[in-house]
Amino acid sequence: MGLEDLSHNFLTGNIENLVKWARRNSVWPATFGLACCAIEMMSAGAGDYDLARFGMEVFRASPRQADLMIVAGRVSQKMAPVLRQVYDQMMEPKWVISMGVCASSGGMFNNYAIVQGVDQIVPVDVYAPGCPPGPETLINAILTLHAKIQNGEITRRKGTGAGISIGEVKRKSNVGTLAKKNTPKTVKIVSK
Amino acid sequence: MTARSSSKFIKRFRSSPLDESTATGLVGETSEGTQEMKTRNETNRVELEREEGQLTVLPEGIVLDHGDMDIEISEDETMIINMGPQHPSTHGVLRLMMELKGETVLRTKPVIGYLHTGMEKTAEGLTYVQGSTNVTRMDYLAPLHNELVFSLATEKLLGVEIPPRATWIRMLMVELNRISSHLMWMATNGMDVGSTSMMIYGFRERELVLSFFEKVTGLRMNHNFIRPGGVAADLPDGWYDDVSAIIDTIPGRLDEYGEMLTGQPIFRERTEGVGILTQEQAISLSASGPVLRSTGVAWDLRKDIPYLAYDEVEFDVIIGSIGDTFDRFAVRLSEISESLRIVRQILEKMPSGPYRVQDKKITPPPRKRIDESMEALIHHFKLFTEGIHVPEGEAYVAVESPRGELGCYLVSDGSAKPYRMHIRAPSFVNLQSLPAMLKGGLLADAVATISSVDPIMGEVDR
Repeated sequence: MGLEDLSHNFLTGNIENLVKWARRNSVWPATFGLACCAIEMMSAGAGDYDLARFGMEVFRASPRQADLMIVAGRVSQKMAPVLRQVYDQMMEPKWVISMGVCASSGGMFNNYAIVQGVDQIVPVDVYAPGCPPGPETLINAILTLHAKIQNGEITRRKGTGAGISIGEVKRKSNVGTLAKKNTPKTVKIVSK
Repeated sequence: MTARSSSKFIKRFRSSPLDESTATGLVGETSEGTQEMKTRNETNRVELEREEGQLTVLPEGIVLDHGDMDIEISEDETMIINMGPQHPSTHGVLRLMMELKGETVLRTKPVIGYLHTGMEKTAEGLTYVQGSTNVTRMDYLAPLHNELVFSLATEKLLGVEIPPRATWIRMLMVELNRISSHLMWMATNGMDVGSTSMMIYGFRERELVLSFFEKVTGLRMNHNFIRPGGVAADLPDGWYDDVSAIIDTIPGRLDEYGEMLTGQPIFRERTEGVGILTQEQAISLSASGPVLRSTGVAWDLRKDIPYLAYDEVEFDVIIGSIGDTFDRFAVRLSEISESLRIVRQILEKMPSGPYRVQDKKITPPPRKRIDESMEALIHHFKLFTEGIHVPEGEAYVAVESPRGELGCYLVSDGSAKPYRMHIRAPSFVNLQSLPAMLKGGLLADAVATISSVDPIMGEVDR
């Protein structure tokens, strides 16, 4: 059957692009405020900077309803397992923004208490620099993520993160086995 | 309430209900085992009293008796629930374990340490010049107060007197910071009790203050502006007009809040008579700041132990009467007006002169001098590599932060780095009055009450 017989107008395109477009325009962040950066994250959501312009004003309290975790602040050793659990509770597809230097690298707190970079616990998509990053920086990070979603793979599935070596993260769930299937053999996974 | 005096009882349990050494899990048990709430059968009498907010000792050593405690509640009737650390209403990463009977809260136990940053340890590795960079990240809603208290403690050890303009610039900045902190508190408190528009309004006004901070210090938060020996830079051109614009705008907006919250039946229903803390309880639990003042105690360090130039400005100490959540809201709302009054006086009285001590061993020379003078270059180099050598000794300085008495205890061994720094964090101490406030209340009221204490977890855990 030829398309010319149809009586109404139509557009052709890839379903993949449509899905990615839809995903990009409604990324819902989880409220995961930790420290100073959380205040700037809230500022970004408030009137002056207005994250609603990017379809992102709905900060979900439940990780099950969220697509994006903005790790806003320093992650302590005690918080690390909690953070990982919240990440695991989020539905695929999911993304992570590491906001601020403390989350990205430990920042100025190179000591016994702070995890030196949240990428040791969860895979990070975008790093936002600053201490704390202003709302403009966060919005830029978010736009970078949007571009990544639009141009990335639709069926991308993440492993559990290469550096999952923190002792407390002992997950009995099938996260480890899922990751084993999808992770190249060079990556070592510690799951007990 | 009758006084029960039993010397043995007092002697054993004089320490504050939240023991600092175990709170962060550094000493003794490192797991969360001791911090978690257990069932009544597994909890001893003293612990039970703590969790019910009943273990209260006045400074004179009198133990307050809150009447008979019902320990015969069977476990079938109660349940222990967990709130946080990832919860939208716990202001960060506070975790509360609560025992409920139906919807009534019987016991509460705050579990803290989820944001422990090791700042007191980090301070021992930083020089006094670098120190304020570290402390400013503690209470991230009042960074300038943190810097102020650290600088005042260092200056007390050094024995230097800072120039008047530096003092008045500091006062201007911390009072504006108090305004922005209280506005932020009203925004989040409004959101917690269901007024989302308050959140937007609070942040709108806060941005006014923050844009001034950005102009003066270069940053919106974590300024590192107040440093030992003065402030980092002089006020920029046009500061007078900027501050005037702020203090002319905010009073009108405060009236709007009055209409939106104070006069609103839903808000009043949710806050009036909720989370009551009596005067005796507040004193015995070492509460300070708006939490203490809401119970009717006129204790404000700016009046009682004046620092900076607070004895040269006129302002009133705002007190409440019942000590409920609404009083704590009202105290903070009025404190914004008082701070505006102080800022207005500072505008008139701002003296001229240097903005930092002219001692080359304490503050760096101006950038221009470094190109001209070898001596200035050496001073600059020594200051930023070695730091200030502070005489041996110890000092404790306290300031009135938006949350209460913020104290800094410094011990110096004569080197350029503190031997020990300890912060008396008002949020941390105020948090221990939560069990007393929440006892007997409803679970839904717990959210409003937690918010009214205004705990900043960065400061609680440090």
